[in-house]
Amino acid sequence: MDKLIVTDLHKRYGAHEVIKGISLNAKAGDVVSIIGSSGSGKSTFLRCINLLERPHKGEIRVGNELLATTVDRRTGELMASDARQLQRIRAQLSMVFQNFCLWSHMTVLENVMEAPMHVRGLTRSEARELGEANLAKVGLLPKSFGQYPAHLSGGQQQRVAIARALCMEPEVMLFDEPTSALDPELVGEVLKVMQALAEEGRTMVVVTHEMGFARNLSTQALFLHRGLIEEQGHPGELFDRPQSERLQQFLSGRLK
Amino acid sequence: MSWDVIADNFARFLDGAQLTLLLTVIALGIAFTLSIVLALLRDSPRWWLRHMIGAYTLVFRGTPLLIQLFLIYYGLAQFEMLRQSFVWPWLSSPLICVLIAFVLNTTAYTTEIFAGGLRHLPPGEIEAARAYGMSPWTQARRILLPAMLTRSLSLYGNETIMMLHATSLASTVTLMEITGVARNITLNYYIQFEPYVTAGALYLLLTFVLVGAFRFAEWRWAAYLQPRRG
Repeated sequence: MDKLIVTDLHKRYGAHEVIKGISLNAKAGDVVSIIGSSGSGKSTFLRCINLLERPHKGEIRVGNELLATTVDRRTGELMASDARQLQRIRAQLSMVFQNFCLWSHMTVLENVMEAPMHVRGLTRSEARELGEANLAKVGLLPKSFGQYPAHLSGGQQQRVAIARALCMEPEVMLFDEPTSALDPELVGEVLKVMQALAEEGRTMVVVTHEMGFARNLSTQALFLHRGLIEEQGHPGELFDRPQSERLQQFLSGRLK
Repeated sequence: MSWDVIADNFARFLDGAQLTLLLTVIALGIAFTLSIVLALLRDSPRWWLRHMIGAYTLVFRGTPLLIQLFLIYYGLAQFEMLRQSFVWPWLSSPLICVLIAFVLNTTAYTTEIFAGGLRHLPPGEIEAARAYGMSPWTQARRILLPAMLTRSLSLYGNETIMMLHATSLASTVTLMEITGVARNITLNYYIQFEPYVTAGALYLLLTFVLVGAFRFAEWRWAAYLQPRRG
C-alpha cells in the first residue's frame, strides 16, 4: 500500500532552482533514506512534503489523498487550496526536526500530549496514556516527564521529539537530519530508537548523514545531487556498487 | 512633626488608595487585553497594520503621559463638535479621561513588551506547530500566547509598577487618589513632609504586592526559562 507519493517536485529560491524534479514513493513499512552533500536540496525536499516550504511544482499524495494545491500568483509557489486539508495531511506526516523544536514552555509530557489533544481531538486522559506509552517507548524515565525541554540533554530532547511524532499515530514520519545537532556521544541513543521504529515497520523518510543507518536500516536510498536524484535503489546496491562518479566521491569522502 | 494630622485623616488616605488601585487595575486590565491583540499583529505580514501599530506605540511612548492626559482632559474641550456630541458626558468626566490616557499610554508600552517577548520565541517552535497540523488560531492560543506572556513577565512586571506610580498624575485633574489626598492635606494643614511620606509609604506597600505577585508568576509559569533548579 502506498503511504506517500511525491511526483516531480520543483522548488526554487528566486532564480536559483534547488529542487529540479524529484519523485519519491514510500509503501507501508518503507524506510527511505535521503543522502547527499549539504546544498543538495535534501532538507528542502523533505520540508516541501508537508509544505513548510512551498514548492513551485509537483504533486503530493499521502495515503492516497492528493494534497490540493493552487498557484500563489504573487510568488509562483504552490499553496494548499484548503487549509483544513493541509492541517489534516500535516497531522499524518509528523516531523522530527534537526533542532528538536520542542515547545519550550511545556513539560515533556505536555509536549507529547499537545497535538493529540488540540489537533487530533483526543481527550486529556487518552492523550496522557498515549504520551506516557510513547515516552516509555523511546526510553524516557517517568521522572523526566515533568521536566522542561531546556533541562534535558540533546539526546533526551530528540527522543521526546520522536515520542511527540509517534503520538500523532502518523502515516509517515519525516526525519530532518535528526542526529546532526547532537554531540557525538548522544547520537547512538537516538539512532537506537530510530532503528526500533524501522524494525517495527514504520513508514519513514529520513534525511541523514548517518551512513550506517541509511545502509543497514533503510529499504530504499536516494542520493541527491544539485537538486536531482543522482542515484537510487536498494541501499546495499547503492553503497556497495555506486554507479555514478558523484556517489563514489561522496561515499569515499565519508566511508573511509 | 504633626503625625496626628495623618492619623486623623487616615481614612481619606485609604479612600485614596482605593481609587489608586481602581485606576491601576482597570487601566492594566484593559491594556492587557488590547496589548495581546496588538502584539500578535505587531509583526504582521500586512505592512500597513505593522506600521499603524508602530506609529501608535511611537507616539504614546514618545510623549509624556502628563501631556497626553492634559490633551485629553483640557484639549478636547476646545472642540465645539465634541462638546455637542453624545460622548461629551464621558469626555468631561476626569475619571474617564484619566482612564483613557492611562490605557492608551500603558497599552503602547505593553504592546512593545509583549511583541518583544514574542520575538524571542525560537522560530522552530512555530514551525513545529505548523508541521503538526495546528490551525493558526490554535498556534496563537497554545504556542504564541503562552510563550509571549511568559517571556515578557519580568519586563511587564516593571510596566505594571510604572503604571501604579503614574496614577499619581490623576491628582492633576482633581481626582482624589493617594497623591491627591496628600496634596489636599498639605494645603489644608500647611505641612508638606508627613502627607507625602505617607503617600510614598502607601505606594511602596502596593508595589510590594505587585512585586510579590510577579515573583510568584515567574516561579509558576516561567521556570522553563531558568537554569535547572536543584
